[in-house]
Formats: sequence, C-alpha cells, structure tokens
Amino acid sequence: MAKIISNEKLDDDIYIMKVEGKFEGEMGQFYMLRAWNEYPVLSRPISIHDIDDNSISFLYRVVGEGTEMLSNLKENDDIELQGPNGNGYPEVEGNVALIGGGMGIAPLFLAAKSLKKMKNVKNIDIYLGFSQKAILTEKFKKYADNLVINVGGIIIDELDAEKYDYILTCGPEIMMKKMVQKSKDTQAKVYVSMEKRMACGVGACLVCTCKTSKGNKKTCKDGPVFLGEDVFYE
Amino acid sequence: MSNLKVKFSSVEFKNPVIMASGTFGFGREYGEIYDIEKLGGICSKGLTLNKKAGNEGVRIWETPSGIMNSVGLENPGVEEYIKKELEYINSLDLINIVNISGSTIEDYKESVSIISKHDVDIIELNISCPNVKEGGMAFGIEAKSAREIVREIRSITRLPLVIKLSPNAKDIIEVAKVCEEEGADGVSLVNTFKAMAIDINRRKNVFNNTYAGLSGPAIKPIALRMVHEVCKNVDIPVMGIGGITNWKDAIEFIMAGATCVQVGTANFMKPKAGLDIVNGIEEFMIKEGIKSLDEIRGII
Repeated sequence: MAKIISNEKLDDDIYIMKVEGKFEGEMGQFYMLRAWNEYPVLSRPISIHDIDDNSISFLYRVVGEGTEMLSNLKENDDIELQGPNGNGYPEVEGNVALIGGGMGIAPLFLAAKSLKKMKNVKNIDIYLGFSQKAILTEKFKKYADNLVINVGGIIIDELDAEKYDYILTCGPEIMMKKMVQKSKDTQAKVYVSMEKRMACGVGACLVCTCKTSKGNKKTCKDGPVFLGEDVFYE
Repeated sequence: MSNLKVKFSSVEFKNPVIMASGTFGFGREYGEIYDIEKLGGICSKGLTLNKKAGNEGVRIWETPSGIMNSVGLENPGVEEYIKKELEYINSLDLINIVNISGSTIEDYKESVSIISKHDVDIIELNISCPNVKEGGMAFGIEAKSAREIVREIRSITRLPLVIKLSPNAKDIIEVAKVCEEEGADGVSLVNTFKAMAIDINRRKNVFNNTYAGLSGPAIKPIALRMVHEVCKNVDIPVMGIGGITNWKDAIEFIMAGATCVQVGTANFMKPKAGLDIVNGIEEFMIKEGIKSLDEIRGII
C-alpha cells in the first residue's frame, strides 16, 4: 500500500496522480493500479508519467468505472501499485523524436527526462497532438530542444522522419501506424507503445496478446513497446 | 498443530491451494513475484497437441464481479512445453498438474501419451473450454461423449487423471459419475460459464466467437452448489473451482466437500492471492483448533 500525495484534475476527464514512495521504473513501463478490494475485478494498467526519489506520477483519463474510482481518490488515500511491468522504451542515440497523441503523452514525459540523461542523444524534439486542448506543454518544454503542439489536426504531419534516428511514439493506433508507414524508407527506427485490455499484467494470462510479424507477443510483458515495423507489418 | 496436507487420490499436496489453468501461465511470471513453492500446486495453461495462436479480437471483458475471457487456448503445444517449461516446474516443490485440451479424441490421446512419458504429477483433462470452435467443451456437455473420451484416455495413461468439468454440461452430476465409472482419479469443477456481451454502440458482439467464458466472484455461489452436488454423488475426490477469491471462499468449498481448491481469476486481483489463501486457511485452522481439513470436509 502506498499513500496518495495529490490527485489533481487537469482538464475535463484528465487527472494526474502523485503517489508517495521510492518506486522503480523506466520510461515506457507501467504499473497496475488498484484502490479497491474485490470490485472491479481487474486492476488498471497505467504508464509511468514521472518518477523521482520520493514519488511516482500517473497521468490518466477517466474512461470507465476503474479510472473513475481512481479519479475520486484524495490526498492520503491508499493505493496499491504492482510493478513496474513491461519492457519500456529502449536506450537510443542521435536525434530523437517523441510523438504523443492524446493520452499517449503520458509516458513521454519520463521518456523526455530519461533521454536528456543519455550521453549519445543529440537532439530531443517533442511532438504532442491533442484533439481539443493542449495540456502540460510548459512541463514538456523544459526537456525539449524543439516542442511542436498540434490541436485538432494530425500531429505526424508536422514531422519530417528523415531528420531522426529514433522516433518513440505513444497514442492512437492509427497515428502510430501512419508514423511507421511514413518512416518506412528512412533511417529512423520507430517504436510504438501498444494499449490492450489486460488482466494479470505480468505475462501469465495471454489476454493482451499483440499480433506481430514475429508471432504473438504479450503486450504486458514483451511490450508494451515494440518496434513499429513488427506490429504494423501488413 | 494444524496440518494443511491433503491427499487427492494417490497424490499428496502440502496444502489444498492450486492455481487454476490459464491464470498462472507455467508459473514463471508469478515465480518472479513471490515464493510459489508455498502453494499446493499449479495447473499449466491448457496445452494442445500442436501450438495454437488463440482467438482474434477482444479476449477479456469485465462484468460486475467477474470477467469474461476468450483466449482460445493460445499455447506452445505439448512438445514445446516439455522442452521449455517442464524442467523449471519440476525443480519446484509443487504438484505439477498438466492441463490437456484438444479438438478430437485422437489429439487428446496423442498429447496424453506424449506427456505420460514424462515426470508429471497429474493430468487434468480439459473437456470444458468454451472458447474453441471444435472439441473442448463439446466433450463435456453430454455424459455419453464424456464417457467415451475418459475411457480412451484412461486406457493409455497410468498418471493420476482428473477430468475438468463444464458448468455448461446438461447434467454435471451425470458427467461426474461417468468419469468415476471410467476410472478417473478425480474431477475438477467448474470451468467457466458460457456467456456473452454486446457492444451496443457498434451493434456487434464484443467477442469474435460470440460467446466467452465467465469467471470470478460472480459465479462462486453457482460453482459452490455444483461442487456440493457432485461431492454428494461421487466417491472420487473433487477439486473445487469457481470464483474463489479469499480463504473464506476456499473453506466454503472444502465444507461443501472439495478436497482441494483451484484459484483463478483472483490471481488477477492480487498476484499473491494464492499465498494469502494458504495463510488464511492456516490461521482459520489454528483459531478453530482444526488439526486436519478432513475434520471439516463435506460437513455440509
């Protein structure tokens, strides 16, 4: 059990929760969150938004009963965090672009922070796409050599894949798929972070299987981050 | 001194808590989270003769107090299991139950004869999977087809044989009796209930297969009733399964007559659910001055 430091509403259905404690976790990994006993049955997989020496943060949108219950939690309430789970984004080098669409921006903040510490990373360009209203842009600015915001349009149209060695994405599947297609004949390696309904979160139950060119993979254990061309190969 | 040991046919378990097939992989993932040797045993993910990719589309759907799954027996196949997993499981102080499924009697027979050459404690014959188009549950609906498959399998293996029954059977008591008559060492029940969900916005089935298997606390009272009925009608031991989430649920199944219990969906609620149940049963026994679970088994 851990204690909630804050659970702040950022926009209509979007919240950021900060939990007290020293937690493990790398960019792109996630935790299973639970603040109830037997109902709902399943815990909720939420990616790590930020982590420091005495807290961990999660950025999430209320989409159903579980996230609704999370959003009602207050300072000092208890929450169970099981993790970190999943592989996370790989270590990269050279010029890197981060592309987030909607709630897909969640894991990219820790990614930006982590890339900043990597010696062989030259440039970090961050592209954030929102359907209605931009959030957390000031926060991202701090870690970006170049920050591009798009509201209501198509974020990947803003980006020239030729300029990058690595492109790390998280967002709607269609966005990630188009990014993979757009980068096909360039040197850029595109990584995608997949979202699937999960149950165990640790790789045992096989309900979050992701079909790849290398066979079925477990999104929770082998992923959620995959090489884009392995997932969008058809 | 309270003793959690139970004897299931010829097999001795250090405690009655077993992890149910399909919810615990082959043990490795949970083995990284806690000391799974504290458990009584584990049932492998359902294995088929050849590798299976499983079902397309949505595989999990939450319901009030339950989940529906439609994994469709994704598994590496019996041979690959023997090559990659058996050594690990056998290195642990656990009863290793291998769950076998198939689409034809021939498939089941071949898988069982392959696995019977290896060091395995119990075969759990899955004639109750609702998520595959052919075979699976079909064998467990009618007593006649259940009789045929159990007879064939019994004739080719000396390993302790447990038949996993479907709550969707026309008459689960009849199916259990038939298993006993054909020489099964025990039965385990229940597998998931055939269920359904509709996405009203898309006006479509949630699951590509239309139907899926319901498990979790929602099914516990019905599962408990079925275990009770079967225990009253057969003399072979029973493994109770169905929504067991905490130690109290486990004690209820034992009082209803089950020798062991299997824990499935609860693993998704708390990864250490099995361990909590073992500890809870022990504390209850100490508090109540129960020396052996035999004292409370089937008292209802």
